[in-house]
Amino acid sequence: MKTSRALSLLLSVLMTVSLLAGCKSGEPQQPADPAAPPASGEPAQTVDTSRRASNEITVGISQDLDNSLDPHTMVAAGTKELLFNVFEGLVKPTPDGDLAPAVAESWTLSDDLTTYTFKLRSGVKFHNGQDVTMADALYSLTRCRDEGYVPALADTVIEGEGDTLTITLPTANNEFLAYLTCAIIPADYADQATKPVGTGPFKFVSRQTQQNVVLERFDDYWGEKAKLDRVTYLIYENPEALVLALKGGAVDLYAHLGTTTVSQLGDEFTILEGTMNLVQAVYLNHTVKPLDDVRVRQALCYALDRQQIFDLTADGKGWPVGSSMYPAFRKYFDESLVNLYPHDVEKAKALLAEAGYPDGFELTITVPSNYSPHVDAGQIAAEQFRAIGVKVTVQPVEWATWLEDVYKGRNFEATVCGFDASTMTARAMLERFTTGNSKNFIGYSNSDYDAAFNDALRARNDDVQTSAYLEMERILAQDAANVYIQDLVDYVAMRKGLTGYRFYPIYVMDMSTVRYE
Amino acid sequence: MKKRNYYLLFGAILTAAVLAFILLGYFWTPCDPMKMDGAARSAAPSLRHLMGTDKFGRDILSRVMKGAGATFLVAFGTVVIGTVIGTLVGALTGYFGGWLDEVLMRFNDALSAFPGFLLALVLVSVLGPGRRHLLLALGIVFIPSYARIVRTEFKRASVQNYVKSARLMGASTFRILFVHILPNILTVLLSAITIGFNNAVLAEAAMSYLGIGVSPDEASLGYMLSDSQAYLSTTPWYALGAGLVIVLLILGVGLIGEGLQRKDL
Repeated sequence: MKTSRALSLLLSVLMTVSLLAGCKSGEPQQPADPAAPPASGEPAQTVDTSRRASNEITVGISQDLDNSLDPHTMVAAGTKELLFNVFEGLVKPTPDGDLAPAVAESWTLSDDLTTYTFKLRSGVKFHNGQDVTMADALYSLTRCRDEGYVPALADTVIEGEGDTLTITLPTANNEFLAYLTCAIIPADYADQATKPVGTGPFKFVSRQTQQNVVLERFDDYWGEKAKLDRVTYLIYENPEALVLALKGGAVDLYAHLGTTTVSQLGDEFTILEGTMNLVQAVYLNHTVKPLDDVRVRQALCYALDRQQIFDLTADGKGWPVGSSMYPAFRKYFDESLVNLYPHDVEKAKALLAEAGYPDGFELTITVPSNYSPHVDAGQIAAEQFRAIGVKVTVQPVEWATWLEDVYKGRNFEATVCGFDASTMTARAMLERFTTGNSKNFIGYSNSDYDAAFNDALRARNDDVQTSAYLEMERILAQDAANVYIQDLVDYVAMRKGLTGYRFYPIYVMDMSTVRYE
Repeated sequence: MKKRNYYLLFGAILTAAVLAFILLGYFWTPCDPMKMDGAARSAAPSLRHLMGTDKFGRDILSRVMKGAGATFLVAFGTVVIGTVIGTLVGALTGYFGGWLDEVLMRFNDALSAFPGFLLALVLVSVLGPGRRHLLLALGIVFIPSYARIVRTEFKRASVQNYVKSARLMGASTFRILFVHILPNILTVLLSAITIGFNNAVLAEAAMSYLGIGVSPDEASLGYMLSDSQAYLSTTPWYALGAGLVIVLLILGVGLIGEGLQRKDL
């Protein structure tokens, strides 16, 4: 009796502890987008021969698609990522971060920057065999405008005449073109939600809820045709199951792997390294002392050792950034800013002393507890800041609290988090830090920066605009606006023998260029 | 013949050992618990790192020592807050009854109607993060259970003869409450304290496990457990170090509680 009570006490303690160790869900969801670096060409080796013979592949995805596949109403990033292969807008994003003509063949912008004139491409066909007409384009755009699917289209005037489509904006909007990636769909087609029809390189074939989605090559595609005949997306909501499917040969390609999973895969895979397409930094609140002093901020920048963060969190991998722009945005990324503040403890201490803080100061770094990459980077950065005498406390908060207190309430000293671009524009990354911007949660204010932003907005010529954006990045870096860390690595595993995967600077997975060697 | 109280004995030994471990951690740890070492990431236990190292190459033993100390302090503080305020409320309501009883106990009911953990979460998010706030929040959550136990005991004692005679002898209310009645309910209170202490240890671990109220670079048992989860298959010693101390501490105090219940004071 006595022993059994003692035993049951021990057991209950053990159970409580093991419950504790098991009650939290696994990895947090990161806004993961792959992008940038070169795909290495590996020699052909192990590929499922039957799939190779029929020129098709299977792709693992970690979530089912939205219930409706209507491209204008879909919400999940995973749905957009897949249907990128099925739909196109007047323009479409390129791997370089540009916008290429798609359903529209060319466009011009009026001198007052408010009227866009598009020439529709002739001979573009929908997957159901019909030609794309002006009526379809007008229908698609007015639907997006009237239903509010694309807020940037609000209050615009959309007119079509022959093959010329004009959109007149109430005021000039530099990033407007980036929104015209919204899909062109047939005007008189009712089954878009279940059997989507677009103009992309792949056509939708079938879908089984929670199981798979099948796409086939569209042979009448206007541009370069897809290399594969057929792509089957298999849905694995359990990450372990997905890895097993990769190892077992059921899945040929999977796009969002972490460092730990990659190490579990054998050498029958080509691992492509991409990035999450965000800028991770220790964001500093410029309205609190002593962070309002540029020397203090620069000292923190000098104290940071990015390589140690990469070594400790991702086996040495990471894409260092030096300003609010990630490397996948090649056009706007200035590599020279990365090493503006090389790791130098002595210099950092000297700067602190110069600013009047020879013994350091107290700093709280708030981190969103659900994003482990940010929590980890925060801990390591904290340790590095301590090396120059700053007394750092790392304070994790829940995501909701972070949004409320840090982001909206701006009640913080420093925080580690990542910012990505909502559209393919440098503006999406940089406008945030202009004086008085509602998203400027760090309270940054620099009149030169604001002026450069105005230049960028008013620029008619792309080169002028790009140089204005680059200037903004330079100002941010020189001001040590934030302690910039990195764009995080993201991995794509592809069975050996496959090639041609391209990374985009936004969250899409382009299958049209993937092929067997 | 009086049987030896093994529960009390083993409990005391175990608790003393863990306390010695914690006490040592305040003054000395084998390594700097904050020192990161890229070369020794997730290293297996060795002579240099008796419990191995974590994903940042920090010595787990040193972190467990520090973390156990922090957990112990929070648990101790929680129990002190809960016991002192709970006993006061329980004594007053149980002894006097009447409208005071009604008001305070309904308030108590309202407090205990919230799931304890949820209430602590809400309090921490209102008070703001930090270990001190965590301690306060958990303390408040623990008040109702003590108040209820103490109230029942005082209510029962208030009609007993020794209390009646003390009252007749003109003893002050304060004296009756805390000199006459309190020592008589000590057995019950003590076992409530030991159970409460264990709950507090687990609550602290759970809260820090969820990343609430503690800083991840400070060592914390719950946070270490949570952190170790992703590496359970590759570096199991990470979870083991933190888990073991929680288990031993709770087992020790639990055995003491069990022993106290069996002991005739």
